[in-house]
Amino acid sequence: MSTSKVSAEQISYLKEVKRKKQFVLGMQLAILLFFLGLWELAADLNWIDDFVFSSPSRIVKTCIDLSVSGELLKHTGITLYETILSFLITTGGSIFIAMLLWISPTVSKILEPYLVMLNSLPKSALAPLLIVWLGTGARTIIVAGISVAIFGGIINLYTTFRGTDREKEKLIYTLGGKKYQVLFKVVLPAGIPAIISNMKVNVGLSLVGVIIGEFLAARAGLGYLIIYGSQVYKLDWVMMSIILLCIMAVVFYQFIGVVERRYQ
Amino acid sequence: MGVILSLEHISFTYHSEKGEIRALDDISFSVSQGEFVAIIGPSGCGKSTLLSLISGLHPVERGNIIFHGNTEKQTSTNIGYMLQKDHLFEWRTIYRNVILGPEINKSLTKEKEAEIEDMLKTYGLLEFKNKKPSELSGGMRQRAALIRTLAMEPDLLLLDEPFSALDYQTRISVADDIGTIIKKEGKTAILVTHDLSEAISLADRVIVLTKRPATVKKIIPIELSIENRTPFSSRTAPEFKEYFNLLWKELSAHEYV
Repeated sequence: MSTSKVSAEQISYLKEVKRKKQFVLGMQLAILLFFLGLWELAADLNWIDDFVFSSPSRIVKTCIDLSVSGELLKHTGITLYETILSFLITTGGSIFIAMLLWISPTVSKILEPYLVMLNSLPKSALAPLLIVWLGTGARTIIVAGISVAIFGGIINLYTTFRGTDREKEKLIYTLGGKKYQVLFKVVLPAGIPAIISNMKVNVGLSLVGVIIGEFLAARAGLGYLIIYGSQVYKLDWVMMSIILLCIMAVVFYQFIGVVERRYQ
Repeated sequence: MGVILSLEHISFTYHSEKGEIRALDDISFSVSQGEFVAIIGPSGCGKSTLLSLISGLHPVERGNIIFHGNTEKQTSTNIGYMLQKDHLFEWRTIYRNVILGPEINKSLTKEKEAEIEDMLKTYGLLEFKNKKPSELSGGMRQRAALIRTLAMEPDLLLLDEPFSALDYQTRISVADDIGTIIKKEGKTAILVTHDLSEAISLADRVIVLTKRPATVKKIIPIELSIENRTPFSSRTAPEFKEYFNLLWKELSAHEYV
């Protein structure tokens, strides 16, 4: 295919594709602006009580006030740090443990009921225990974040690894390979799409675990700010924290999108 | 020409919790250096099991498999195995697919790389070296799979219905292609198939197996009166039809008993 000669139809087709993309992006922005505008307007015209519902302008003002005092950076930074760490440990740990289980089907058979049990256990039930064992601090919250996602991750990845095409595994053996080569040359590369979709799940769950952890056992972080804000009726703080969490979730998701495109 | 492989009284049984299934029963035959042997039999009769035993993927339960006249396992005989599908890895380029064997054995030297490049060139795949498998046609993929097998310099090639995943037209031309390459490289080969005309067109000898538990029903040497025999030209030989009928009778005679 030569790119030097592009037919008129192709040019108009490309234009159409571009136009559609711009339309989608435009509508997405319009929805955001409409929602923010409506919120602001409703607060200004006293349709809603902006002491309870806050408003975009109040949130921006809160943001600026808290930034000046350095509190915003501290709370956001701590939540970010706890989420990233628990995400990394969850992802790495579930890949590693799923690999070990793949190596030994006997061990995985033995552990299966325990994994299923731990996965179904409501992790918030563990929180009081974690506080007693580990105290109230980042350590407890990171463990809470990990506990929410890791068992499901292990089960999912192990199932994927087990489901690798037997004939592809056989191919490695016919070329004189050993079990570890089957793992690194077939099972892991074939499992990359599953690993990435597992990462997407982990980001969300880690954030859930971290925020729940901060509700119960923190002196800092956005989760703490939400709980504290609601207790002292500073609902601007609560709303601002929720907005920041939304932004954080989007940024994480975009980041994984970048990783995904790299491996495709 | 020396005998490269002989099987003596091979029997094999699959075990599962539900019971055991006898797959092979007292199978004996031998293969000479440079020979192309085809094994045919009803589907599910244990043909693939036989190849797995020869390649050492399954341990032998009863009987002996002897390479170059000595029972020691595969010491001097390198075995190449071609599976039903090409199983080229989509996450690797064609080049990285064909070097998989040497990569696994950690024998990928500069000479080896040059050798593989040569093979890619000879068999018309050099320009597709950096393409992904999905960008190649079925026939080209099968050729790449053959080069991956040949890169291990096998003395003996085991072909487990390597053309069965292809459509009819591609199948005939790829069989011709692969058969010619194997002859040209002077390799000994055992082909498992359920396609009678494929067996006649490629093989020097056809071994007919019975249905499970498989035993050797008959061994038929294929002698065609044409010059410069290729798998494709074999199909035009006057004896082709006779062999076809003979094999057909051998196979079906058993099926309805």
